[in-house]
Amino acid sequence: MALDKNGIAQRIAQELQNGFYVNLGIGIPTLVANYIPQGIDVEFQSENGVLGMGPFPFEGEEDSDLINAGKQTITTMAGAVFFDSATSFSMIRGQHVQLTVLGAMEVAQNGDIANWKIPGKMVKGMGGAMDLVASAENIIVAMMHTNKKGESKILKKCSLPLTGVGCVTKVVTNLSVLEVVDGSFKLLERAPGVSIEEIKSATEGDLIIEGEIPEMKL
Amino acid sequence: MINKVVNSVEEAIEGVADDMTFMLGGFGLCGIPENSIGALSQSGIKGLTCISNNAGVDDFGLGLLLQKRQIKKMISSYVGENAEFERQMLSGELEVELIPQGSLAERCRAGGAGIPAFFTPAGYGTEVAKGKEVREFNGKPHILESALTADFAFVKAWKGDTAGNLIFKGTARNFNPMMAMAGKITVAEVEELVPAGELDPAQIHTPGIFVQRIFQGKDYEKRIEQRTVRTRE
Repeated sequence: MALDKNGIAQRIAQELQNGFYVNLGIGIPTLVANYIPQGIDVEFQSENGVLGMGPFPFEGEEDSDLINAGKQTITTMAGAVFFDSATSFSMIRGQHVQLTVLGAMEVAQNGDIANWKIPGKMVKGMGGAMDLVASAENIIVAMMHTNKKGESKILKKCSLPLTGVGCVTKVVTNLSVLEVVDGSFKLLERAPGVSIEEIKSATEGDLIIEGEIPEMKL
Repeated sequence: MINKVVNSVEEAIEGVADDMTFMLGGFGLCGIPENSIGALSQSGIKGLTCISNNAGVDDFGLGLLLQKRQIKKMISSYVGENAEFERQMLSGELEVELIPQGSLAERCRAGGAGIPAFFTPAGYGTEVAKGKEVREFNGKPHILESALTADFAFVKAWKGDTAGNLIFKGTARNFNPMMAMAGKITVAEVEELVPAGELDPAQIHTPGIFVQRIFQGKDYEKRIEQRTVRTRE
């Protein structure tokens, strides 16, 4: 069965390593914080100016001066720190953040990503996404494999305006885990109960399928 | 000590005029100069270019200036959550320049720091790079971004002293320190104004040299845009 958003987040959480500083984007990526594996210490960075972000506050304890980049009220963990936007992006551009997880509208097999604009329809802006994808070494995209019409979002080439070029390293969707290798998507894992045929038919980009493809362990 | 205190928001915005360029601190509705925005809305000036990470919501923050069609151009990184903004942009009434958030922050910082331009990897290969010089450093392409300055910068701090020194609270700091540096006239509004000497010099975030006018703000609404909570077990 295809994963839901929480399942995608749970699988991505397995990529967290001890000592990682991690930037989580808006949407599915935010949910990753709910599934930190036991024994793994990480700190979450939010580009509006906080490192050491904690869970949402208890009702009545919300502070309007304490939000994340999605403008949601948050709390901080012991050891947290606040800083200005220039310092925040120094952490990001300067590659002090080890893992970036963000959502996308389209991903291409050369590692291009599009997630900020649909010409003539939706223009919200790129926020910090362009800085993040241009600099991070390790970028995981969390997304649905297809759009609401059932069309693939895992493409040979992006059709929407790009956010970054050749930057995506891994994609975790409701159907699979894919790695961007030499201009193709290498299938690493299937969602539990999802067949290779289902993944093939939902993928427009070139797929590399080598040997037995294991199911994700959640 | 050089005294930067003005007695009212009206005095603080003296000299603002049509067609000026303003910077306004804040991220979403967090850390925005509420009092100054209110006074600018009252003043009726128009044709403004506003540099601000976001554009407020329909009835608060910069949304108040958008409603009255006072803004000609917005320079921002993210402008969702504002229906009137979207309408004015799609109809062509409002000119919008979207730039990556890190580039926006650094362009403001550069403007205040006397750095006319810098190279960044952000936006290479995208619409943002159009018409900009590309140069390779360490085998990686970068684009040339120029500094930003403003006729007025409006910032908001938690505490400030009569010398213009500022301390911010939590994530309300965001763009305020860089914008304070980049304004020809920087107006700081604070929740608590104290006499010079009361703030610990080692704890000040923005030195008063960057601030020309400071005033005690009032009636802060500090609206929350996305109230998210967890339930007690």
